[in-house]
Amino acid sequence: MIGSARYWREIPQRYRYEAAKCAKCGRVAFPPRLVCAGCRGREFTPVKLAQTGVVETFTVIHVAPTGFGDETPYAVGIVKLDDGVRVTAQITDCETGKLAIGDRVKLEFRRLQQDGESGIICYGYKFVPAIG
Amino acid sequence: MREVAVIGVGMNRWGELWEKSHRTIWTEAALEAIADAGVDRVDAMYVGCMSGGLFVGQEHLGAMLADQLGMGPIPGTRVESACASGGLAFRQACLAVASGAHDIVLATGVEKMTDVDGGAATYALSTAADQEYECYHGITFPGLYAMMARDHMHRHGTTRQQLAAVAVKNHAHGVLNPLAQFPMKVTAEQVMESVMVADPLRILDCSPITDGAAAAVVVPLDMARQLSKQPPVRVAASAHATDALALHDRADLSWLASTAKAAELAYKQAGVGPKDLSFCEVHDCFTIAEIMVIEALGLAERGKGGAAAASGLTALGGKIPVNPSGGLKSKGHPVGATGVAQIRETVLQLRGACGQRQVKNASRGLTQNMGGTGASTVVHILERA
Ligand SMILES: [Zn+2]
Repeated sequence: MIGSARYWREIPQRYRYEAAKCAKCGRVAFPPRLVCAGCRGREFTPVKLAQTGVVETFTVIHVAPTGFGDETPYAVGIVKLDDGVRVTAQITDCETGKLAIGDRVKLEFRRLQQDGESGIICYGYKFVPAIG
Repeated sequence: MREVAVIGVGMNRWGELWEKSHRTIWTEAALEAIADAGVDRVDAMYVGCMSGGLFVGQEHLGAMLADQLGMGPIPGTRVESACASGGLAFRQACLAVASGAHDIVLATGVEKMTDVDGGAATYALSTAADQEYECYHGITFPGLYAMMARDHMHRHGTTRQQLAAVAVKNHAHGVLNPLAQFPMKVTAEQVMESVMVADPLRILDCSPITDGAAAAVVVPLDMARQLSKQPPVRVAASAHATDALALHDRADLSWLASTAKAAELAYKQAGVGPKDLSFCEVHDCFTIAEIMVIEALGLAERGKGGAAAASGLTALGGKIPVNPSGGLKSKGHPVGATGVAQIRETVLQLRGACGQRQVKNASRGLTQNMGGTGASTVVHILERA
């Protein structure tokens, strides 16, 4: 499903959490954009995402898309990181029945999808519970 | 700009139509609309379709369907805005007439979804979300709406029972619609005990996979009575707004800003407010969607959509009936056709031609058609002319 160039282009974000901070208004874009969604600014400085945050909402997927069928049920959430950036990712290494809005979580590098048609193993970030 | 009217509508029975092809279901609806209007020509046509490519391996739909229609080398334009493709096709037809570019324009929508298996259909629908930063992580469309539902429940106290009330109401309406895919009643218990898809949403919270098409004939208002015997329905407003594609980029995860914006523009164009509407046809792709939509349209206070849905306010016979057709939930949701089917229902309601599901004294109706998790919304207001 995912070709190698398309996969390669996102590696700086998926492996190294590279984001861009607007020089004018300070809003952090993840992934980086050419135009700031807050102020239309065009100048950015590279920053790395905060790697801890709070669960704002989540679901537990019982009917999965292609490539994720072996993993159900699994949790996916929207997490507000400590730098204010919101990210969608799986929440793993936890009991899905005990997950709650407000839980503190941290980013970890994991394998995400089974091999697609192009044979690429897809990696990226997932959230895991953060203690304290 | 010229004033615009609808003089003809068409739609076939929706469902799993294995015996009929994409082009056949489209042509049936198109011919019905043309016959309903009683016109002998079409000057241009618009086709709303989300993904001919992924569902049936066919693109270039403007030319293919103009060819099928047999009305000569007319301009055929395909319009895509995910599940709002149909509403947007109708808007483009209205703009083409209003601008003076064309006089008789056919607005259509179509989707043939059951030629592929469930996994491929789920994938095709998911392309309306952010592929790299949402879908890559294993989220589905029901999953995205489930996250909106959980946020709404957490923030506003919306209950599981209130979500179920939307499905119960829309299926009760759909029973009265002979073209609906699932014209059967469901109880709140059946909804709340149905198979879990993406917690807290269950299968009976979700609209189905459907094959279907719908069409409408749009003309200048001042030519409507000379072109057709049908009572013209005036397009009082046509509005379109967008929002961040990814749900996580929205300021409020359970507020449909694109719907609120499109509604604000439409109310201003028509010079009316939510209290002046007789009924609405809205995008209930999931039960939570209808709750968020009635808030964004101003039919219920922000955060009170769940209570409003459970109170009977939006049922046939209530103060402001929502989805008298049965909605996406019961009528079916062939994604590209949905927005045009909403127009058809609204025109028939305003003609007083809806039989058992007729809204009493219907004089003005609003349609709201939404793409993705609300990254685009198209709103129309139609009135008896
Ligand atoms: Zn900025």
